[in-house]
Amino acid sequence: MLNAADIVDQLTPALHAPAAGVRVGIDTVSVPAIAESLAHFGERFIRRYFSAQEAVDARAVQGDAAMHERLAARFAAKEAVIKALDLPEAGIAWCDIELTRGANGRPALALHGRAAEVAQGLGVREWAVSISHEREQACAVVVALLGATATGAAPLATAPISDF
Amino acid sequence: MSDTATRIRTILAQHAKLAKDASALTEDADLYQAGMSSHASVNVMLALEGAFDIEFPDHMLTRSVFSSVGAIRSAVEELTGA
Repeated sequence: MLNAADIVDQLTPALHAPAAGVRVGIDTVSVPAIAESLAHFGERFIRRYFSAQEAVDARAVQGDAAMHERLAARFAAKEAVIKALDLPEAGIAWCDIELTRGANGRPALALHGRAAEVAQGLGVREWAVSISHEREQACAVVVALLGATATGAAPLATAPISDF
Repeated sequence: MSDTATRIRTILAQHAKLAKDASALTEDADLYQAGMSSHASVNVMLALEGAFDIEFPDHMLTRSVFSSVGAIRSAVEELTGA
């Protein structure tokens, strides 16, 4: 017959398991404001805020305007992750949140250092990210899946988007 | 007003894009509520580093460190050993 200690022992792993769930973050950034940061602070801005690979990826385009858009998209992705993981007080290096280009050219996220530690502590199992940029504005949305592995439900059929 | 606080207010006026006059802010006034965006706070941080010849360590790159003139002043004084 189970005693109280046995019951506690059996329940303890489940009680301490990271809660399954989802976190989301979104951010929008003015592209001219990014251009302004670059004009004021130059390489210091790039070095403090973007990883070496992010800087390379952002510069792999023709013209400053296109580069500014790419930097702005990366900036938005970092801020979106900070919101999703509730990191404003965590004291993390911005380079520890990286927007990467996957082999198929789609955006992905790579977390390092303290940002990775926090994500792991929260039980983040998988990230999804989408970015968009145009001449004046860039934005990014990130979704963190926590806990149990996603069940791989069938993708939603494309539906008309209402204008909010 | 200390020289440090004055220099901080000058930087805020140049980079924080506040809806209010930086010289009129109290020490404790919330800069984010006064209009500073997360991007503007990055510019403020870079400007402070340049002006005071300091580098904010990762653990000080928090929202609260840049939340008010007083909070910034404390951080700058800690980093300059003032």
